[in-house]
Amino acid sequence: MSETLMPALVALEKAYGEVRRDAKFQRQFHYYLREYAGRETPLYYAERFTRKLGGAKIYIKREDLCHTGAHKINNTLGQILLAQKMGKKRIIAETGAGQHGVATAAVAALFGLECEIFMGKEDVQRQSLNVSRMKLLGAGVRVVDSGTSTLKDAMNEALRDWVTNVRSTYYLIGSVAGPHPYPLMVRDFQSVIGREARRQILTKEGRLPHYLVACVGGGSNAMGLFYPFLKDRRVKMVGVEAAGLGLASGRHSASILGGKVGVLHGNKTYLLQESMGQIRHAHSIAPGLDYPGVGPEPSYLYDCGRIVFASATDSEAVRAMRTLSEVEGIIPALESAHAVAHVMRLAPRRPRREIVILNLSGRGDKDIDAVAKYLGDQL
Amino acid sequence: MIMRAGNGRAVPNRIDAKFSALKAEGRSALIPFVEAGDPDLRTTLKVLHALAENGADLIELGIPFSDPMADGPTIQRASERALARGASLPDILEVVRRFRRRSEIPLILFGYYNPFFRYGLGRLARDAKAAGVDGLLCVDLPPEESGELVEKIKGQGLHMIFLLAPTSDPARIRLVTRKAGGFIYFVSVTGVTGSRSRFQRDLASLVSRVRRATPLPIGVGFGISSPKQAAWVASFADAVVVGSALIDAMEKAKRREDKAKGAAVFIAGLKRAMNRIPKK
Repeated sequence: MSETLMPALVALEKAYGEVRRDAKFQRQFHYYLREYAGRETPLYYAERFTRKLGGAKIYIKREDLCHTGAHKINNTLGQILLAQKMGKKRIIAETGAGQHGVATAAVAALFGLECEIFMGKEDVQRQSLNVSRMKLLGAGVRVVDSGTSTLKDAMNEALRDWVTNVRSTYYLIGSVAGPHPYPLMVRDFQSVIGREARRQILTKEGRLPHYLVACVGGGSNAMGLFYPFLKDRRVKMVGVEAAGLGLASGRHSASILGGKVGVLHGNKTYLLQESMGQIRHAHSIAPGLDYPGVGPEPSYLYDCGRIVFASATDSEAVRAMRTLSEVEGIIPALESAHAVAHVMRLAPRRPRREIVILNLSGRGDKDIDAVAKYLGDQL
Repeated sequence: MIMRAGNGRAVPNRIDAKFSALKAEGRSALIPFVEAGDPDLRTTLKVLHALAENGADLIELGIPFSDPMADGPTIQRASERALARGASLPDILEVVRRFRRRSEIPLILFGYYNPFFRYGLGRLARDAKAAGVDGLLCVDLPPEESGELVEKIKGQGLHMIFLLAPTSDPARIRLVTRKAGGFIYFVSVTGVTGSRSRFQRDLASLVSRVRRATPLPIGVGFGISSPKQAAWVASFADAVVVGSALIDAMEKAKRREDKAKGAAVFIAGLKRAMNRIPKK
């Protein structure tokens, strides 16, 4: 991180440290999670899906039912409260699929703060629904046309804006990546997912799950579900990355399975990069997974074997999206569909008494056009 | 900072020698910045010589990176051009080696951490030293995280140049000045690189605040684009760093063959203005 930003990061770390242990802040946070975002989200037993796959019992954590349609709001609510406490008047954020942008714009409107969202030109074109939502919510949308014009470039431009406006502006990062304290903070805010799921499964089944499955772009929905279960050693965790056109093709977003260690955006983690350290263009049909990196904490948990990583291709994700839609009447986001695809491989191989929890990080309304285009006549 | 010459004799680091000489003359240094490989490495070699012969006292050579988050549009474009031709560290060090055959001007490599990390920090320090580099500035490496790289760089007799900014409070100034070598690079604006028409009015006093904390020379950069601005900054700083404005001037020279000339003319103009200010 450049020197100009270091004082802001140090101040942010200090401010977050104070609210982390502050009961009043936590009460306020939970108030908004409940009354505004609509928590607690159901842990839904997908009976037809389970029967169709013929193996382990599948429970779906319904983050798609959160206000704005994805888990992103858990984090934006937490950070906007912090921004307000720090006296910041202006919020900026980067966004890939647009869900984090929408969740940021929504809470900025809720708290009456000025808001600007940075989005790559390519993403603006393929997620125009979300762009319109952001604008309707009163946010400015800055189209980024440098580099590859996708998420990492939006983040670069947001960082440039932050450096320029650091005193008045709060940078609301959407995932468990970026400089410290963001990976920690975002994981803490998203942990409401796992804390609820753990309580819910114990109530419904009287035992812990055997598998937790979540898609991984930056890693926020995965860390949110996984973190409260970390000490439950028998609970296995699977992160599912985007294999795009296949890992061998080089056209994918699987930073852990297909990347090497490096440093980008203030953290050391697995990155898709060339041999000389230039960051590569990621590809996935799911714009929210289209980041050539991943958070440092999922990387670390992969290194020590706590999280196992798998992947799903574009076509497997689309097939999974259709399957869940037709079998349960739930249309998952393309990002979440990657996790669904892996559950479709995993559940049949596991005994019926085992429990799999699938994190449905978002709903798929934003993806209907892209999927229709992908499937062409077949839809 | 002592480097060892080929025969084992101790020689001072070129950066220290240059600043000492300038101090004795009562003058400030002019430090141009160019992105290596923009538009290609052959042109870069010509540009380096042109700069050295037209008033540059030290030179900063940028290592292109795909995600230059501290840079504005001018240097972003320069990096993209360089990367389009495949400019990489090994090739850039070769340019440095060739440049060194005919020049003793101090050279600083300026870049982002990931390409350095992938190259290997120890390997970078050794190869940079062998090629004739005198210092390294890693824009996105905070001093708190710099231990390993600083150790390798200093071990080769090179200087690790650190940044300070208008947002740096006394605690950060102390942290940076403790680790710094060569000179302190004071970022003049709260922002990214790119030519500017206006600066903070209290820039001179911000620089004095740093001066009180260190005996090292203080260079100021980001945004300086005209002879008048260069002369103004030279009146309170020990070095004036000019990057984007120089690259803009080179961009204006459309043909590759004219770029070195464009660079020379621009730098000579800045140097003339700086030489007109009274000696310190």
